[in-house]
Amino acid sequence: MEAFNTHTGRAVPLRRSNVDTDQIIPAHWLKKVTRDGFEDGLFEAWRKDEQFVLNRPERKGATVLVAGPDFGTGSSREHAVWALQNYGFKTVISSRFADIFRGNSLKNGLLTVVLDQKTVDALWELTEADPTAEITVDLERRKVLAAGIDADFELDENARWRLLNGLDDISLTLQNEADIAAYEAARPAFKPRTITV
Amino acid sequence: MGRTLAEKVWDDHVVRRAEGEPDLLFIDLHLLHEVTSPQAFDGLRQNGRPVRRLDLTIATEDHNTPTLDIDKPIADPVSRAQLETLRKNCAEFGVRLHPLGDVEQGVVHVVGPQLGLTQPGTTVVCGDSHTSTHGAFGALAFGIGTSQVEHVLATQTLPLARPKTMAITVDGELPDDVTAKDLILAIIAKIGTGGGQGYILEYRGSAIEKLSMEARMTVCNMSIEAGARAGMIAPDETTFAYLKGRAHAPEGEDWDDAVAYWKTLRTDDDAVFDAEVVIDAAELAPFVTWGTNPGQGAPLSAHVPDPASYEDASERNAAEKALEYMGLTAGQPLRDIKVDTVFVGSCTNGRIEDLRAVAGIVEGRKVADGVRMLVVPGSVRVALQAVEEGLDKVFKEAGAEWRHAGCSMCLGMNPDQLAPGERSASTSNRNFEGRQGKGGRTHLVSPQVAAATAVLGHLASPADLSDVATPAGV
Repeated sequence: MEAFNTHTGRAVPLRRSNVDTDQIIPAHWLKKVTRDGFEDGLFEAWRKDEQFVLNRPERKGATVLVAGPDFGTGSSREHAVWALQNYGFKTVISSRFADIFRGNSLKNGLLTVVLDQKTVDALWELTEADPTAEITVDLERRKVLAAGIDADFELDENARWRLLNGLDDISLTLQNEADIAAYEAARPAFKPRTITV
Repeated sequence: MGRTLAEKVWDDHVVRRAEGEPDLLFIDLHLLHEVTSPQAFDGLRQNGRPVRRLDLTIATEDHNTPTLDIDKPIADPVSRAQLETLRKNCAEFGVRLHPLGDVEQGVVHVVGPQLGLTQPGTTVVCGDSHTSTHGAFGALAFGIGTSQVEHVLATQTLPLARPKTMAITVDGELPDDVTAKDLILAIIAKIGTGGGQGYILEYRGSAIEKLSMEARMTVCNMSIEAGARAGMIAPDETTFAYLKGRAHAPEGEDWDDAVAYWKTLRTDDDAVFDAEVVIDAAELAPFVTWGTNPGQGAPLSAHVPDPASYEDASERNAAEKALEYMGLTAGQPLRDIKVDTVFVGSCTNGRIEDLRAVAGIVEGRKVADGVRMLVVPGSVRVALQAVEEGLDKVFKEAGAEWRHAGCSMCLGMNPDQLAPGERSASTSNRNFEGRQGKGGRTHLVSPQVAAATAVLGHLASPADLSDVATPAGV
């Protein structure tokens, strides 16, 4: 996983709530067996509308998505995270994320930042009025900074540490091999098994 | 202080707990399907890691599989390649697989319980958000992303922060025409699509205790639509009776040990939930969705709401966008909404009781002119049972299409899709824009409402059928 420290970039203000993962990446894209090449599927249905914010020339190259509440609801597809990253987004800001989406994001180094809706509104107003306005997301100091905006955000220390260092969860877990083996040895005999080994 | 059901199951699976770290949880059962696993197997290969516990892992094919002509090669080369990738990965790593054409194939959340693999007090994961279904057995079951699929394959564990707990207490008697689907749709409308975020839900109360196992699975299935990764119901005699004798249920002494443990899996009287929602079963009615998220629902007897009536700006905006997408007008009676397609199936409502309910309503009646009705069993076993009971004949005589098992029209990954602008009444779980095909419009309904809607051509409940042709001999 790529480490995340601090990022500054222009924004895409997405004034929609309940953006489900079917909108982020429609199901027919899920037939691919790789983690890349999903950028053209990002918000595919909405991008058919020329006026959709992502299609505006002034938003080209933007890397910070500022979305409405309940972003990433629905399907557990990690392809939604890959699509956002493949397109070039480094971070997503919202007042509330769906649990599975948020977990998937943090495992891939896409930083999801929770801010209160008032701050999200302020970021929308700022970046709609001035598409060149930049937003800085500083994970080290847990701060979001933009013209006239200085907001703190929370992220648990363990998740922050893993992101700052770009650590791979599986390697970390395998350091606890002895704990896993001990747990396995003590499991009751009546627990289900799919095959006899 | 006492503990809730979720806390008990959680505590029993902690492999390692350390200050400042998420708990490391052991996973008892890992279900795989073709869509969310290929990149996980690639990760194992790149790092030279094996699957740690093949005996706790099982795969099937469901999302991409066609429901017609299953003996012919799959027409879509991309779908075919994804299924072939799963077959190749399972063969290479040694994972038990039930592919298309196998008697145990079906929607992954129908297959686990019917094999008896889903058991009380287990942790169950799958790269699919409807894994919450298995919580009906008192299992802690939740959907995971592909990175976590790889993590479980490699370590049989997951590092997780413990969620809060929420009680959804449903007391009283459900009225005769109200089903588990109506109940869960009403719960989602009440707490909202984000209401359960950060929580494990526990459905409890006298109305829940009276539900069959299959009805309980319908309720837990849609926990994710309320934002909760997991929903659970305490195991009881109904659960034990369902499991007894199934292929992977414990036997002999193991059965006795298992039941003794399962009986401890109840929320203690002095346990405290972080939140509680109370619902009076008697006040519920057949429920349908009108919008583009599962929280946008109302009783069938209601009207399409006026977006202006919402005080919250973001809800108002969402309702406006939903009505525009759905092609509906504020104030229109929901019963007046005409449909083109009726879909019966999915991990929500593709089990034998669902098919029996639908057959009971369409028997001796005809699907309305201009309406296409698809009946898709959740698994091959469900299909075989339905055929044994003659339900397939009932569906065909009514003019419905009887298909092979799979996810089918629940999501647009296989040939069963809505055309742009087409409208469905669907027993599935998501009415998102384009979910059933680009531009398709979905109304989520119970199997009973789906059946009545198919006969009348507009959203309807079985009670609306009283003045049309009564089936012979009834």
